[in-house]
Amino acid sequence: MTMVKATRPKMTKTKTTTTTTKPRVAKSVVAAKVKATGSSPAPARGIKVSSANGHRATPDATGPAEVLRHGQGWSRVLLRGQILRITDTAGKACVSALFYNARNPIERYNVADTLKAQYTAFLTTGRVLYSDMGRVLVSIVGDSCGWHDTIGGCGSAATQLARFGAGDYQTLGNDFYRNARDNFIVELSKVGLGKRDIVANVNFFTRLKVDQAGGLSSVEGSSHPGAYVDLRADMDTLVVLSNTPPPVTTATEYPGEDVTVALAVRVANGRERSGPRDPCFLSRPENARGFALTAAYVAETERLVGQASLAT
Amino acid sequence: MTTTMATTSSATTAAASSKSSPGPSTTGAAELARRGEPSPPALQESTLDPAEALYSEVIPAGNGWSREILAGQVLRIVDLEGNQAVDTLFFNAAATDERYSAPDTITAQKNIYLTTGSVLMSTEGRPMLTIVADTCGRHDTLGGACSAESNQVRYALEKKYMHSCRDSFLLELGRLGRGMGKRDLPSNINFFMNVPVTPEGGLSFADGLSAPGRYVEMRAEMNVLALISNCPQLNNPCNGYHPTPVRVLIWDAPAWDSTTWDVP
Repeated sequence: MTMVKATRPKMTKTKTTTTTTKPRVAKSVVAAKVKATGSSPAPARGIKVSSANGHRATPDATGPAEVLRHGQGWSRVLLRGQILRITDTAGKACVSALFYNARNPIERYNVADTLKAQYTAFLTTGRVLYSDMGRVLVSIVGDSCGWHDTIGGCGSAATQLARFGAGDYQTLGNDFYRNARDNFIVELSKVGLGKRDIVANVNFFTRLKVDQAGGLSSVEGSSHPGAYVDLRADMDTLVVLSNTPPPVTTATEYPGEDVTVALAVRVANGRERSGPRDPCFLSRPENARGFALTAAYVAETERLVGQASLAT
Repeated sequence: MTTTMATTSSATTAAASSKSSPGPSTTGAAELARRGEPSPPALQESTLDPAEALYSEVIPAGNGWSREILAGQVLRIVDLEGNQAVDTLFFNAAATDERYSAPDTITAQKNIYLTTGSVLMSTEGRPMLTIVADTCGRHDTLGGACSAESNQVRYALEKKYMHSCRDSFLLELGRLGRGMGKRDLPSNINFFMNVPVTPEGGLSFADGLSAPGRYVEMRAEMNVLALISNCPQLNNPCNGYHPTPVRVLIWDAPAWDSTTWDVP
């Protein structure tokens, strides 16, 4: 998981009606810290809390862009209102993904509910990823690729061995052939989850075709260099990713550097925010109900945090 | 949409059922031909005799069921009145975190439908059961199980009270006393359900292909725990708007037939 990199706040005198939660730190403590680390312990900027009505704090510093190397696993909590952009730098990546309610991860991405509610068999802008509790984990608010698969499963040690042959650490070092299932197990284990929590996943930048007889085949060239997908979290969501090849693919070699993926998190701006004019809200009446259930859950869980902070 | 629950008759006669078109065993193929879709694979009848089953029970609509099935034994699920969705999961009986995996099954056979010959694969990539007979022709891997919450999204917020498969699954897992719960419910099979996916990426809930008396039969390749919810869904045609009972039978593994041995 990444740590949010703290940056020094702008030193401007602006009158504000909001109260910050920055604790007052004695100068002597600050001086001691500077002496110890050689740098100022700058607090994260932009933390605001409206104390009048208990709205939750929303950080607008979300961290630097990252690179997800071929074979690498990754996870972080995407807070409600943040957007994760995944970019397929060279147009050849597959990013397998799972999503969980960060507050209660036995609630997780449910492919059946996602496809049934939206009468679709693939994912793109305007579609949302449902949890198994009728709530929206993330919404796809931007997509320059056009099709993301959620039927094709994720690679495992066995499927990769069969397709690409052996690629162990002893021989290849850190270019050894990793697989999505193992990456998921590692990332989930870091937060106390495990195999029971691995369910059918999303494969970003991958397209499979289902023919009339139900036959599955890989569609080549469905992505392009620089293709990206923007995922807006509509509740605090644990996102787990793996930059590894899917089981159904025409590739004959385990991918290398040309599947490097870029990751960046930002806060949703006005037009990207959830609401009655959001294309994801409007795309289906089912989604309007899903967002209503999500808003109810957010109010149920987040108000408690706001009120608790008022008491301090 | 009216949701009257007609009295369920225990008879298996086609004439009494309003859930499906009665007819010969090619009903499924005829229906698909009408829609311009290719025929399903040939239906495969079983040679097993229900009188020799070591277990036979009827599961009423809306009920959960579970049982351990040993390697080599054969499980048959009979759609007594036609077009009844039977939500089903399998677990490695010795280690339940290994379980039926829809993605592994789909990608191994490169097909989203289950029928004779389909191998139900586990999360560890191992065969759990093989479908050895199927007189319906197509079973679903994508439709999942209904829940109170998904009913709210799909139909109306006020429909949360309606009974659902997830409730049945959770209650049956609780009865088992094996420490299993919600985390153990991944994408399930829906026997007798038809959820076509189009090449353009569309998804629909078409009328089913099943009919009264159709069955699907599978042989266990490892000791498994089978978990079933006989779906109570009334809001879409997966049960023909009328959930009905199904029968499960289990035969023991065929015994060695000593008369076929070559005795030197």
